[in-house]
Amino acid sequence: MRLSYPSNVKVIQVPCTGRVDIIHLLKAVEDGADAVYVAGCMEGECHFLVGNLKAKKRVQYVKKVLQELGIEPERVEMFNLSAGEGPRFAEIAREMVDRAKALGPSPVKMKKAA
Amino acid sequence: MIIADRKPAGELLEMVKDCNRILILGCKGCVTVCNVGGTKEVGVLASILKIARNKEGRPLQVDEKTIERQCDPEYIAQVKDLVGQYDAVISMACGVGPQFLSEAYPDQRFFPALNTTSFGGALQHGIWSERCAGCGTCLIHHFDGMCPIARCSKSLLHGPCGGSARGKCEISKEVDCIWDMIVKKKMEKGRLEDLTKMKPNKDWRTARDGGPRKSVREELVQ
Repeated sequence: MRLSYPSNVKVIQVPCTGRVDIIHLLKAVEDGADAVYVAGCMEGECHFLVGNLKAKKRVQYVKKVLQELGIEPERVEMFNLSAGEGPRFAEIAREMVDRAKALGPSPVKMKKAA
Repeated sequence: MIIADRKPAGELLEMVKDCNRILILGCKGCVTVCNVGGTKEVGVLASILKIARNKEGRPLQVDEKTIERQCDPEYIAQVKDLVGQYDAVISMACGVGPQFLSEAYPDQRFFPALNTTSFGGALQHGIWSERCAGCGTCLIHHFDGMCPIARCSKSLLHGPCGGSARGKCEISKEVDCIWDMIVKKKMEKGRLEDLTKMKPNKDWRTARDGGPRKSVREELVQ
C-alpha cells in the first residue's frame, strides 16, 4: 500500500496480542518510552479466541498502575483493528505519536547527569 | 490456600524510601496460586518500583528471586548468602514469610509486600473467596459442609439473624447469607431437625481467641 507512518514508532510483532503481558508494557515505560500501545484484532475475531481481550485487561491494569504512580494513563492504550486495515494502522500510529507529543517526554526518563 | 492482596505502590515506596538496593523475594506457594506473589508478580512489582524511583530521579536497584516457600527453614536457609547484600528485602509471601526471614536473618530488614487476608479458594480464575477462619474446632459436618464461623459475618452458630434478606447478608449484596444456604440445604435433604439439636458451646480456646497456636506431630519430631 506504500502508506507511511511516523518513524518513531517501534513495532514489535507478536502472533497474538494475548502474548503481550503486563511486564512488557511496564518495561517499556521503565526504559523511557513516551507511549506504548497494543494493536490487536477486532473483538470477537481473535484467531486464538480471547487473546485480544486478555491484552485489553492488561492494558487497563497498567493504566491503573500508572495513575497510581502519577504518570498519565493516556501513555498506554489498546486498539483493535483488522489485519487488512493498513490505513487504520497508520492512523493509529499518528494518533499515538501526536498523543505522546502532547503529553511531553516521559517523566520516567532518567535525568542525565549535568 | 492463603489469600493475599498486594499493598499499594505508595505504601511500598515509603517502606524503601531510604534504600538504594533492594531484593524482592517471591514465594511459589499460596501467593503464586492466587497470582499475587509469584515470579511474575515479583517482576511486575520490581518494574513498578523502578518506574516510580526513576521518575523521582533516585534510581533503585531491584533484584528478584522466588523461592519454593517462605514457611519452611530449609527454604529460608537457601537465601543465606543473598539477603545480606541489600539495604532491605521485600518479601512477597504471606505474613509468615517476612517473619521467618526476620527470625533467621536478624541483621536485615524484611518488609511485607502483601496484605494477607484469609484461607480460601478460587471461585473462578481471578476471584478468590474466604472459606475458613481457622477456628481450630471444625464444625462443618453439623452444617452440611458449610462453615458459619468463616462465612457468616457475625459467625452465628444457631441460625440467620434478622439482617438476612433474599439470601444475602445485610453487610453487602455481594455476600451470601450462609445461614440461608445452610437452612435451605437442610430442608432439601430432610435434615432440618439437626439444627434444633442441642450442642455444647463452641470451645473458642482452639481459635485465635486462645492465643497463638502450635501444632505438634510427636511421631515426626526428632
